[in-house]
Amino acid sequence: MPVGNDNMRKLYHFHGGIHPPSNKTQSTRATIARAPLPAKLVIPLHQHAGETAKPVARVGERVLKGQLIGMPDGIVSSAVHASTSGTITAIDMQLIAHPSGLPNLCATLIPDGEEEWVPRKAIDYRDHSPAGLQHLLRMAGVVGLGGAAFPSDLKLSLDRHKITTLVLNGAECEPYITCDDMLMRERAAEIVQGAEMLRFMLDAEEVLIGIEDNKPEAIASMRAAVAAGGHRRMEVIAVPTVYPGGGAKQLIRVLTGIEVAAGVRSTDKGVQCFNVATAYTVHRAFAHGEPLLSRIVTITGNVLHPRNYEVLIGTPIAELVALGGALPDTDSYIMGGPMMGFPLPSVQVPLVKATNCIIASSKKIFPPPPPVMPCIRCTRCADVCPADLQPQDLFWFAQSREFGRAQAFNLFDCIECGACSYVCPSHIPLVQYYRFAKSEIHAREHDKQLADKARVRHDYREQRIEREKQEKADKLAAREKAAQAARLAGAQPLTAQQQAEQAELETSRAHIRELAQSAVEHADEGTTK
Amino acid sequence: MLSALLVMSAIAAVLGAVLGFAAIKFHTEGNPLVDKIDDVLPQTQCGQCSYPGCKPYATAIAAGEADINRCPPGGEEGIRKLAELLGVEFKPFGEDAVPKAKSLAVIDESTCIGCTLCIQACPVDAIAGAAKQMHTVIASECTGCELCVAPCPVDCISMQVIGEKIANWKWKYPVYAMTATT
Ligand code: SF4
Ligand code: SF4
Ligand code: SF4
Repeated sequence: MPVGNDNMRKLYHFHGGIHPPSNKTQSTRATIARAPLPAKLVIPLHQHAGETAKPVARVGERVLKGQLIGMPDGIVSSAVHASTSGTITAIDMQLIAHPSGLPNLCATLIPDGEEEWVPRKAIDYRDHSPAGLQHLLRMAGVVGLGGAAFPSDLKLSLDRHKITTLVLNGAECEPYITCDDMLMRERAAEIVQGAEMLRFMLDAEEVLIGIEDNKPEAIASMRAAVAAGGHRRMEVIAVPTVYPGGGAKQLIRVLTGIEVAAGVRSTDKGVQCFNVATAYTVHRAFAHGEPLLSRIVTITGNVLHPRNYEVLIGTPIAELVALGGALPDTDSYIMGGPMMGFPLPSVQVPLVKATNCIIASSKKIFPPPPPVMPCIRCTRCADVCPADLQPQDLFWFAQSREFGRAQAFNLFDCIECGACSYVCPSHIPLVQYYRFAKSEIHAREHDKQLADKARVRHDYREQRIEREKQEKADKLAAREKAAQAARLAGAQPLTAQQQAEQAELETSRAHIRELAQSAVEHADEGTTK
Repeated sequence: MLSALLVMSAIAAVLGAVLGFAAIKFHTEGNPLVDKIDDVLPQTQCGQCSYPGCKPYATAIAAGEADINRCPPGGEEGIRKLAELLGVEFKPFGEDAVPKAKSLAVIDESTCIGCTLCIQACPVDAIAGAAKQMHTVIASECTGCELCVAPCPVDCISMQVIGEKIANWKWKYPVYAMTATT
């Protein structure tokens, strides 16, 4: 039910895009519900892009709701908190929601049911400097909730760039996912206040909130909140529903007409983009002093009761699945949407800040893909690529491991949206090739850095050895010279002091000889006895 | 025990001398080709190529004295890069030079006697410690060259394979059965 073109603003198009079935209505019939407190929480210390947080809670310690348990470690890192009060029973490696299926460091928390909070301090953001507010966000564990979980404070420290436009991303273009839609319907005022805080920190002039026109309720609710709050130069804009219209570059293009070229960042063009749920979290952090402890998650797909829940970070996904009532023929669970998500290694893994949606999957909803066939160079993939790439060429380079050429063809501009794979008549899992190529390139760059470091250290060591050898030789030469001088000086009579020293040396030498002699004799005695 | 120590230090001294000699002998003042080759070598400085370090091997390749398939730590990818750089044919590893999984030296600190022999052997100064104090490997600097293993008189250094972790995990090459169009 697209809303009419009631925008005041001219909208632009981005290249390509597709129209997959949206499957969103199932999970928007009921309001957001709060998931019950689980019996156990497993809280990963690495839920954000960057470095794992350093554990700062002890095993056996009672922690309060909102207490810091993971300290940000390094510039790109974020804090992790206890989602409720209880006892930390383990800090160890646990299986997490990651496509690798590998474990990572987690804190296990057994809730005591008290929900006892740490002291919370609400602040008026206008009394603080942007830098101070950034630090607060870092310590509140606020990261992008749109998917990449990039620490939000870093997106706000832009000393060199003048930001004119803050884009708030409420597009939610991927099928099945409705958590942002429901959040905008039910908590619009708080999102809009969060946007105001982000605008303050960025010193941006205007705020553009982009929402796809398949969410008329969310659009209405957000517009009402903007009007009621008297927010100036803040506009809610209905954008056409086309996947992936929620990609940051794509949404910026549609709203502002700005084309962010390959390798360029939107901030270079004066635009910064945040997800609506992130703005909501920023508001909770400042106006309520609450760190990021929960989020809205859609449980949908092959379930009896598709719905959105507010769930504590660290809740086993199995609990959410139970709430949804997964049907018996469910064979796997996808975290994220059907286009960009990945199958979970286990339904026991904990929910993290980046978990926006869990789809119960069955052969009925997602039939196994037909067999892969060779690329026929139909270029349908290129027609739909929102980054205006040549996916068929990238595929060719990736599968023949010509990474340099893949990079030259702007592989890193690929947002892994999967539009190309979706239309490919040969059913080639193109995105998997791009992910493979990207991670190979990253690994190689990492190895190269290590090699360069090793080269420097090796060169340094060679030089040091050389220098030490030279010093030794110099010392030897100096000693030779001194000895020669002494021999020459030997002709002269010794002073009284020199004579005394020499005599003392002689006596001690004799003493040592005596001791040695007696030691030998004693040894003899020992053997003869 | 003492003789072992003496033998080991003698070996270390000889190796050191060879390295030092090589550094002088093969010292290249900005030979661009040597630098280009050295740039793609992994800098493990392990000597498995039979040259006393990556730069000497690079020098030998540049002089046309060495094959491009002598560096196991570089892997096949390394050979490919050298082949591309030099405009020659890719040449697989022989039987005598086979790449192994990248690993890291670990010193068992309870057995270490603080003899400093490993420190002298390490080509990248990745071992910290002083005489008569236990030593430890700075993991982030260790190239996994294994040169410290042999000199240790009490065998307390072992090489541990760096396993797959989330931090170094890579997406795999997609494997699908390609079917011919019917
Ligand atoms: S859509 Fe598929 S078959 Fe067509 S050019 Fe792209 S990769 Fe090749
Ligand atoms: S996955 Fe990458 S290459 Fe494919 S359509 Fe999306 S952006 Fe383009
Ligand atoms: S074999 Fe070892 S020393 Fe020789 S080039 Fe390779 S890493 Fe360097």
